[in-house]
This record gives sequence, structure tokens and C-alpha cells, in this order.
Amino acid sequence: MRDTSYAAVLSRKNEVMKASLGIDYDTYVSSPVAFDYERMMAETGYSLDDIARIQAETKVGSTPLYELTRLTEAVRSTAAPGKGARILVKDEAANASGSFKARRASISAYEAKKRGYEGVIAATSGNYGAGVASQAAMRDLKCIILQEVFDSRGVGQPEIVEKSRACEAYGAEVQRLSVGPELFFILLKTLEETGFFNASLYTPFGIRGVETLGVEIARQVRERYHRDPDAVVVTHAGGGNLTGTARGLLAEGCTGTRIVACSVDLAGLHMASDRDFNRKSFTTGHTGFGVPFATWPDRVDVPRNAARSLRYMDEYQLVSQGEVFYVTELMTKLEGLERGPAGNTSLTAAVTLARQMKRDQVVVVQETEYTGAGKHHNRQLSFARENGIEVRVGDPAENVPGKTIVLPASLEMVRGRVQDMDKLRRSYLKNAAKLYPAEKWSDADVAFLAADVKKDAAWVRRAAEDLA
Amino acid sequence: MNVAKGTWVEIESVVLKPEERAPGLPEDTAKTPYVLRLSGFLTEEAEIGQEVAVKSLIGRTHRGVLRAVNPSYDHSFGATVPELLHIGLREG
Repeated sequence: MRDTSYAAVLSRKNEVMKASLGIDYDTYVSSPVAFDYERMMAETGYSLDDIARIQAETKVGSTPLYELTRLTEAVRSTAAPGKGARILVKDEAANASGSFKARRASISAYEAKKRGYEGVIAATSGNYGAGVASQAAMRDLKCIILQEVFDSRGVGQPEIVEKSRACEAYGAEVQRLSVGPELFFILLKTLEETGFFNASLYTPFGIRGVETLGVEIARQVRERYHRDPDAVVVTHAGGGNLTGTARGLLAEGCTGTRIVACSVDLAGLHMASDRDFNRKSFTTGHTGFGVPFATWPDRVDVPRNAARSLRYMDEYQLVSQGEVFYVTELMTKLEGLERGPAGNTSLTAAVTLARQMKRDQVVVVQETEYTGAGKHHNRQLSFARENGIEVRVGDPAENVPGKTIVLPASLEMVRGRVQDMDKLRRSYLKNAAKLYPAEKWSDADVAFLAADVKKDAAWVRRAAEDLA
Repeated sequence: MNVAKGTWVEIESVVLKPEERAPGLPEDTAKTPYVLRLSGFLTEEAEIGQEVAVKSLIGRTHRGVLRAVNPSYDHSFGATVPELLHIGLREG
């Protein structure tokens, strides 16, 4: 009988991955810090047209792009003369299962079916689970979703409880787990037991599925405004949304479009802490994922991550929980559109950006997600209060993650904060150097690392010297 | 109270005891067991608190302690947060 202890299962990681994905990552790896990323993405074997066609079969894609005219007007009233870009939003809630994650799940489900797998598995507490379960339902595949749901008191984060419900609604087996990173252990164990396909968030299939989102944005903006989008704002956690969207925009030739990441600032809260688990009002799109994944993407459930955000990111904005709740409520009232926290995070950064940009420019918020019981901002705020967090109106600069949520007293107070990109890039290189000392980096390694942080080789060499 | 075979129930099981958990966890998490909850159809008549087997929605068998009968989702929109109501109104 096979040893199913924590250590034994983890030691079989590589063979489990090979069997459950059919991708031999070793063929792309050239050194501990470099691999052939573009070849890995290309060898999925799908063109962008193939992907769009596959997605259309399962109610994914061709979502509307709305101009938020009243919100734009409100932002212009707080901006300097001539400033206040148009704010557009891509209504990804219109995809089956209610978020862009359907794009990310669609190609994995198609691939699993094509290759004869009986089912698919994903370890995710967010919309991705519902995306996989919904796509699996349409492709007649069995589905297992593993989620981190509740703390040691048995109290579930309301947003994740809603995801459990959604996944079961689509017919999936849902394994609801307590707080801890051992979700990965459960994933490996379940992949071994079932022989199902690993619909990981971070495979080339997942990321290529998001590329159509960037393509659609480029085409819709050009058709209506006769220009390329000036900025596209992406809520950032694991990096797949940003990577896929940016790749799609580039495939359409939008080389001048600024790619802006945005996360909710949850500095000070520990992601694996039982106590902190229910002191967060955001379950994703926050710095607890966004920063570590940007500065080291290969910390995931596959050997090499296809989501590599620093490769495409031009700017990284932080917003507070209170600012996002304020903008969510404002969009509901001004635009007649009730949507969930994921897209509203980047919408909050878009408010700040639009204020600084010229009136004839265009800023695109590239997703929305559905909202409802558990996910709604009213529930998150009432839940925060139940967990001893102070909620008040004032200056959002006074937000303290896990202690105080301050709703801005006015739109002028929605400001966000810019992160230092070069600091993030240096942090990435530091992580690379921990794995493989910088003095051993070959020219090919440096070329890969430079592309991975969107800089040139000389910059990487200089940064490496500073590290030493 | 006996729960009939075929009833939709929730079970709970300890996947990892505190001493079996991953290394490097924060202290508060490390002292708790890693727990799984799952819903399925009961395979044999049983009572709450008994070790039972269930079949999940995709037909897989799982074992654990029977903790709830006809489990349901009761997440909601929560108690009204009045501070939100003032946002976006033309006031004054």
C-alpha cells in the first residue's frame, strides 16, 4: 500500500504532475532559474482563434465593454482641468459561472476531455472553482474542487462559503478544508487516487485561455474609440489574469498600452494564520498573494508557472479595503451595476489613474465578477464587524488591515498608492539568487531573468552586483 | 435519532493531526488539526456522531464523522452597514 503521509505524498510531486497534466516541464527547463517560456506556451497547440472557438462552445467570451459615464463624470469633478480619462469596464460577469475565471478553466476542461481524462481537479477557494465546475459540467467531466473555507472555530469566510455553494450547484464534489497550505498535499493525494486532470490555475492552458480577454479589449476599444487603450488595470493575485490579458493585448499589437496591476493592501496579515483568516475582507486580489507571486512566480502547484506578472507589468497600485468598498457602492448607485470585489479592486485603482490621465484617454478595468450572498460588500463589512474589526467613515489612509476599515468620506479621498516596481524586480532577482547564486548566471539565464522582469540584461547584471 | 440511508449529510474528518502538519506554519495554525468537511449521500443508516461513509455528488466514497443532516448554505447579505447607504447619494 502506498504511503499517504504528508512527506511521502509531497516527495512524489513530480511524477503526479506529469501524469495529471501530460506536460514534461523538464523539456523546457535550461537552468534552475530559466526555462523556455514562449515554447511552453506555444506547445499548448492552440491558436488564439482555436481558443475563442472552444470558449464560445461553453458560454465563455465576447463579453460587453461598458463605458462608466456617470462614474467618469464624478471622477472628472475631482480632477484638474483637462484631466479625467474615460473609465470602461469589461463585464466578465457575463461569462458562464460569473467571472473571467471561466476563460481560464475552459481550455483545461477541453484538453482533459480530448485526452480522455474522467475528470478534473482544482485547488482553489475563489471563482476559479466555480469556473472549473461549470466548464466540467458542460464537457461532461467529473469535477473535484478543494477549498480552504473555515478557521478552527468552524467559521467560514462568507465569500468562500458562497464558492462552495456555487461549485456544488454545478455538480462538483467540494472538499472544504480548514486553514493551511496543506491544500497542495490534498491536491496531490486526490490526483493520485483519481487519475484526474490537474486543472491548475497556473498551467499554460489556464493562462492561454485568458489571452482572448486582452484580444477582445483591444478590438472593442479600437472599434469604438479609434485608439488603443491607454491603460488596462488588472486585479492582481497569482498573476494569471495580468499575464493572459497582457499577452492578448500584445498579440493584437497594443504595445503602447500601460499594464497596471492592482491589489488590496493587506500588509501585516499572515496568509496561513488561523486567526488572521477571518480578519480579511478580501479572499484574493490582495498583497498576500500579489506581492509574493510577482516576486517569485514558481511557488505554485506546477513545476513552472505560466503566469509571470512582472514580465508584463508596468505599474502596481495598492488600494485599501475601505476604498474598494466605497467604489463598489458608488458604482452600484451611479452605474446601476452590482458587481463583486475582484473587478472592483481594479476599478478603484482606475479611479485614481483616470484622475491623472487626460480626458481623451481611455482606462479599461478588464473584469467584473458576479456578486450575491456572502460576496457582497455589505456582508464583508458586517462580517468584519462581527470579527471585532472597526468600520468607520474617514480618511482611508487610516486603514489598518485586520483592525480598522475606513470608508472614504468622499471620492477625492480615493487615492490608492503606487508600489516601487524596481524594488519588486530586485526582490524577484533576490529570490532567483537564493535558488541559484547570481555569479553562476549565464548570459542565457540573464536574458530570461531580464525578460521576466521587463528590463534589459544590463539592468539585471547591475542589480545582481548590488545583491552581492 | 437514526438518519436514513441515502440522506444528504455532512461529514467531518481530521486529515492531519497537529503533529503531522506541514513544517513552518504560524503558531496558531500549527496547534490545530487539518480538518475536512464534505457533503454526500449516506451509504448506511447511522446516527449523528458516528463514523460513516458517504457518496459525493460524483460518486466517490468518503469516510468521516456524521455531523449534520441535510446541510444547507445560510450565508447572507449580512446585517445592514448604514455607513454604506450614504455613499453616492445627492445629500444636503
